[in-house]
Amino acid sequence: MGTEFWVVAEHRGGQLRRPTLEALGAARQVAQAAGGKTAAVVLGKNAGNLAAELGKHGAARVLWVDNDNLDVYSSGGYTHALAELARAQKPDAIVFAASAQTRDLAPRLAARLDTGLLPDCIEMNWDASDGRILAKRFVNSGKALATVKARGTPALLTTRPKAFAIASDTGGTADVVRCDISIDASHCFGKVKQYEQPAAAKVELTEADIIVSGGRGLKGPAEFAILDELAAVLGAAVGASRAAVDAGWREHAAQVGQTGKVVTPKLYIACGISGAIQHLVGMTNSKVIVAINKDADAPLMKLADYAVVADLFLFVPALTAELKRSQK
Amino acid sequence: MKIAVCIKQVPDTSATLKVKPDGSGVDTEGLEFVISPYDEYGLEEALKTKEKMDAGEVVVLGLGPERVTKALRSGLAMGADRAIHLADAAYEGSDALATARALAAALKKAGPFDLIWAGKEAVDDGMSTVGAAIAEFLGIPHVSEVKKAELAADHSSVTCWSEVEGGTAVVEVKLPAVLTAQKGLNEPRYASLKGIMMAKKKELVRFTPADLGLGAEQVGKSGSRTEVLKVEPPPKKQTVTKLIKDLEPEAAAKELLRLLRDEAKVI
Ligand SMILES: Cc1cc2nc3c(=O)[nH]c(=O)nc-3n(C[C@H](O)[C@H](O)[C@H](O)COP(=O)(O)OP(=O)(O)OC[C@H]3O[C@@H](n4cnc5c(N)ncnc54)[C@H](O)[C@@H]3O)c2cc1C
Ligand SMILES: Nc1ncnc2c1ncn2[C@@H]1O[C@H](COP(=O)(O)O)[C@@H](O)[C@H]1O
Repeated sequence: MGTEFWVVAEHRGGQLRRPTLEALGAARQVAQAAGGKTAAVVLGKNAGNLAAELGKHGAARVLWVDNDNLDVYSSGGYTHALAELARAQKPDAIVFAASAQTRDLAPRLAARLDTGLLPDCIEMNWDASDGRILAKRFVNSGKALATVKARGTPALLTTRPKAFAIASDTGGTADVVRCDISIDASHCFGKVKQYEQPAAAKVELTEADIIVSGGRGLKGPAEFAILDELAAVLGAAVGASRAAVDAGWREHAAQVGQTGKVVTPKLYIACGISGAIQHLVGMTNSKVIVAINKDADAPLMKLADYAVVADLFLFVPALTAELKRSQK
Repeated sequence: MKIAVCIKQVPDTSATLKVKPDGSGVDTEGLEFVISPYDEYGLEEALKTKEKMDAGEVVVLGLGPERVTKALRSGLAMGADRAIHLADAAYEGSDALATARALAAALKKAGPFDLIWAGKEAVDDGMSTVGAAIAEFLGIPHVSEVKKAELAADHSSVTCWSEVEGGTAVVEVKLPAVLTAQKGLNEPRYASLKGIMMAKKKELVRFTPADLGLGAEQVGKSGSRTEVLKVEPPPKKQTVTKLIKDLEPEAAAKELLRLLRDEAKVI
């Protein structure tokens, strides 16, 4: 049958963003169960070189829209291009990796195509009984888990970072299909004028394998330096509790929790964070949790796999030193 | 300048939730409800804009059952001028798209508005969909997850800063537009006693789907494009906490590293 599951590739600076390969992994596994195919969609200008990597990871076709007006992301232009492409080719589903860009794009596309969007899925399965995708996603900031379906075709879904394994390298190649869509500047409202980048490249919190996170126990902004040092040795990202962010010690982008980011690293090391429920919902699904606190009764110490009762100002530098020593 | 703010009423963020045994949803019995945190940032920003211009109007609107009146009154107490409540049994079961369609229709009827704020996501269903969908239904631009917004001097456009992975995106759109609020935008005010008193006298209108020209197939379950089949408690991680204590920092560090390497195998 003509069942096809699309993954929209996100790229920046000529590089495919890693979570796209997770979305491809999710789509491929559904496609296999459905007896369908996986295709990747690349929007942009001169972005066709991404096709090789997408093919290797399981995309049978790459639909490539090459257009000057797609050079820079715009909610209007990208919505227009995807809506036109979907109307013409009628895929079963379009899968995106959840990101700032797709949180901007997918809802608008859902409204335009009058179809269902299921954001931030952690599981996707094919339901052969009705030929639709059965997905799972957290609701109420992780306090409950919902099983959901989209009505309408194509179903739109986004994958939560790190919830799906990257599609393995099959060594395949994709058929590259150039798709012409007429897009003019009037379609391209909401165009990004500029990306401001921090001086030092940082590991993105939601995509990090290891996160070192600090709370009110750090006492001040300068003290966060000991976490930055530990993170540098571990190749980790640095997170923060809301107390630390609201005190101005760290930027909001670092906040973990209900009004911050939901993270699921392999290892989460919480330093001087008590573990209020609004913090816990942001990190409770981390694979391994370490809590460092003076207070053995802090809620996070009970949730942690390893709870270190210590003064963080003594323990964290000792941990960094020990790591450095053992890495030599 | 006329500014609208979409307000969703959600369970208090500090509440522990129970799901109903039949899996149909979260048990709301006895729960406290609040304005979804991101909507408060939107409202604060709208009030600030109006105060700065010393002119205009801020309207709060919400779709949901009777109890939503309380959230709208809280918005009025913070300083909004009037409120619109989409309250009718026909709206029950509306998903994000059905909700956005109804809100867009209400905005058309009560507008036109120059600026519309919504939260970047509602912290109950976490769909992050309604804001952008409203913009699409109204045929106007939107910007998501705005952490800073600056109106042009002639009020014809707004420049927005949004956090994206690894940096900040700067986007300028023409008004009217929908912006969705991210934390960092401002510090929402508390309602004053005077504000609470005044809120009781402010106008609160209700619109049924018929008032908005919406048919039965456009609202509630039939207007929805997603369905929730089951809601269950999240999988609980079974943790047996290993305690490291009463050790010198170095010995404790060695012990933790040993456990992370040999037992947990995560570094
Ligand atoms: C609507 C709403 C949304 C919220 N969203 C979030 C969110 O997204 N993220 C979030 O984190 N919070 C959020 N909160 C706030 C949350 O309720 C807590 O206030 C916050 O998480 C507390 O941060 P903390 O653990 O760093 O501080 P505290 O609770 O003050 O804990 C500090 C800890 O540090 C320990 N400590 C102190 N000194 C040392 C030392 N020298 N060595 C070792 N340990 C030490 C203390 O024992 C204590 O346990 C939200 C609250 C509300 C109402
Ligand atoms: N029932 C509702 N009434 C009013 N505003 C809503 C409603 N549902 C969602 N919104 C607005 O849309 C934002 C995003 O919601 P959601 O797409 O459900 O995550 C919320 O923060 C509100 O500003």
